[in-house]
Amino acid sequence: MERRDFLKNSVFASGVVLIPSFLKGMQFINPEKLSGYRNVIVIQLSGGNDGLSTIIPFQDDIYLKNRPNIGLNENLFRLSDELYLNSHCRELKELYDNGEMTIINSVGYPNPNRSHFRSTDIWHTGSSSDQFLKNGWLGTYLDANCESSFQGIQFDSELSLILKGKNLNGISVTDPKQLFNTTREPFFKNIVEHLDDEMLTEDNQGYLYKTLVDTYSSAEYIYDHFKTYETQSEFPNNQFGNSLKGIAQLISSGLKTRVYYTTLGGFDTHVNQLNAHNALMKTYSEGMGALVKELKKSDRFKDTLILTFSEFGRRVKENGSKGTDHGAANNLFIVGGGLKQPGLYNGKPDLENLDDNGDIRYEIDFRNVYATVLENWLQADSRMILGKEFEKLSFV
Amino acid sequence: MALSVLHIQHLYWRAGFGITKNDLQSVRELTVEEHVDLLFKKSDFKPLKYELSKFHVNLKDLSKDERKALRQEANQTMIKLDLHWMEHMVATKGVLREKMALFFHDHFAVRLKNPVVCLDLLNTIRKHSLGNFGEMLMEVSHSPAMIIFLNNQQNKKAHPNENFAREVMELFTLGRDNGYTEEDIKEAARAFTGWTINKRFQFQFNPRVHDTGNKTILGQSGNFKGEDVIRILLEQKQTAKYLCEKILKFLLGVPAHQEDVDRCAELFYTSDYNLEVLLKSIFTSDSFYDSKYIGKKIKSPTDLLVGLNRQVPIEYKEPKVILQIQRRLNQVLFFPPNVAGWNRDQGWIDSSTLLFRMKLPSLLLNFGVIEWQPDETLSEEMIARLNNQQEKLQKRTEKKIQAYPNWEKCAENFDNSIENLDTFLLQTLPVSIDIQPDDDLKTRIIKIMSTPEYQLC
Repeated sequence: MERRDFLKNSVFASGVVLIPSFLKGMQFINPEKLSGYRNVIVIQLSGGNDGLSTIIPFQDDIYLKNRPNIGLNENLFRLSDELYLNSHCRELKELYDNGEMTIINSVGYPNPNRSHFRSTDIWHTGSSSDQFLKNGWLGTYLDANCESSFQGIQFDSELSLILKGKNLNGISVTDPKQLFNTTREPFFKNIVEHLDDEMLTEDNQGYLYKTLVDTYSSAEYIYDHFKTYETQSEFPNNQFGNSLKGIAQLISSGLKTRVYYTTLGGFDTHVNQLNAHNALMKTYSEGMGALVKELKKSDRFKDTLILTFSEFGRRVKENGSKGTDHGAANNLFIVGGGLKQPGLYNGKPDLENLDDNGDIRYEIDFRNVYATVLENWLQADSRMILGKEFEKLSFV
Repeated sequence: MALSVLHIQHLYWRAGFGITKNDLQSVRELTVEEHVDLLFKKSDFKPLKYELSKFHVNLKDLSKDERKALRQEANQTMIKLDLHWMEHMVATKGVLREKMALFFHDHFAVRLKNPVVCLDLLNTIRKHSLGNFGEMLMEVSHSPAMIIFLNNQQNKKAHPNENFAREVMELFTLGRDNGYTEEDIKEAARAFTGWTINKRFQFQFNPRVHDTGNKTILGQSGNFKGEDVIRILLEQKQTAKYLCEKILKFLLGVPAHQEDVDRCAELFYTSDYNLEVLLKSIFTSDSFYDSKYIGKKIKSPTDLLVGLNRQVPIEYKEPKVILQIQRRLNQVLFFPPNVAGWNRDQGWIDSSTLLFRMKLPSLLLNFGVIEWQPDETLSEEMIARLNNQQEKLQKRTEKKIQAYPNWEKCAENFDNSIENLDTFLLQTLPVSIDIQPDDDLKTRIIKIMSTPEYQLC
């Protein structure tokens, strides 16, 4: 009956409220001035962005021949003699002209997978196409370099694989105030206040408590910062705009977060893609414009790197429904205030030498990009995080 | 000797989805062998049925719009199959079969939007989940679902596709990097050439694209077909070892001791992969009831949901709410993330899923509110305002959740008693639950289920 007695005591005993020491430490830290504290925002264009309607090789005959209905050739922004930017990306053009954007073409991996889920997993974990990893590359970065969940934030209602580490997971937030309030419901608050250091054991029970305490303290830490700063720029009034606004607000408030992740969905344009894709380009470009503007105001742009990817590109040849099917290699965008090699990083995609499916072959492995961000920007050990050595590129 | 109450609950959590207080009364005096025999006896096999005849059409006979409509219907039907199986798990007395089917549903993970082949695969797995693993492996390998999912239709003599050959070794039998080479995969892929399906979604062997040449697989040479590869893989002791490791981890919640794995593997191998023999041996062993395993397993989202619904019967006016919950908790049945299955154990838990799990009982049972004791310092006016807010919140939540618990039935499950609900519903000591002496059954259950400890079994 020992078990029952213990329960009676723990359940009904009123009395001392223990504040675990890890909470004390965190609650009273004064946020330092954060100039030089670098961070990364990763944005996924979910569904498979049609890179050929984003960065357009319209003077390449093969392009328009394969895209008789949906090929773009009017009002485009010129990037070089060969490549043009989608006409709905005015803000991106500005970034490009300012030397604040690098475009890397033909990024992918060997034996490309054309399933959204699988290819997203591959991009999230940094695995090979025949490897199934349980931890994301940003999660593994958190494991190795960070102490708390709030250092990796996803603007979403759920946490994606990309931010799941072995020991530490990032935290997902849509509304910092709501997250804070949920954790402070009297019933949950009571539980957390009865936890102490000794209960944070290595077993599953300890893992649950650690996650709970981490969420509890991160929610407070995030909200405490969030409410101190008001964004001044106009963000587009849509979900993506709100996420970027939240991220800008957190970065500008001095939150010591290293990595942020969010998505813009809707890119799976199998049918009548022209207008749908242009609208997405506009959403993406406007959001990016507002984000950069805000980060410049708070002088945090120089410490921020924004990486935009999509799980795959789309087939060069349009399909019978004025859309495009799942493809392989694609372009990828880096935006930031401290780029070493802005502009077009490499040549245009090779449309003559496609793979057996009629998709663009990769020239740069996406893990070279990750290694560069980890090593040259975040000063982390990319070999440890990605499991092997990948050559660094020179955009930062 | 009769099992203790704690041990009976342990057995029923790992071999099923928990036990109600009422049911427990009727099995209290049984010995461990009698318990295990009863679990098997109740778990006879009946196929899970669902009306799918409209999908048995030749796509070529349909117009483009009709095909599109059928595809959408198929997507909707996948959701219905998921909910159908969930309901079955909540209602059935044959819990052990469903529990092991969940294990193999994850082991042989297939993600497709074809209800015909998905239900067929599930029933194959359910049929064998307490029977013979070798027969299950052969039937699953022949199943249209697996053939479609791992691209064996594209596996032809002229262009071998190694997908199935790789996964059958890496994930289904030997385990990654366990005694096979890339060469074995290439050779096995040749043996699987010609395995395809016909228009009625049935297995078919197409000799015209089968590679009839000599193959060498794991040291054996011959003019092998796919069936020979399966046989060769079952001849490897490593297959028994890999399966036992995984099954033990599933049942114990944490990795098993090496000597337990070895003992089980020997038994599994010599019994020709008899799952009943293996499971009976595990459930009746002393080590299974070691205190280091009790209350230490993180419930899967399915364990959590089914377990909760078995204690408190709930009527869902909008069944899709269950799907939304599954999505938030990262386990939608029939939709594992990839062929390697779900990210299990600690992988279920992150800040969002843990908070959502702890909110879930109050969402389903009281429209989002855990009753609380007002602080003495609060003014009456303040308390009235908070109560008002709470009622508004409940009204909003009701519209979304539309779940209606049957508290009378629930009270019967608990023998109309509110005593010791915490020790009954939790397998491990809670840090703290703020239960007030005048809390009723409903409030107590909600509070106990809203703890971190309720995530464990």
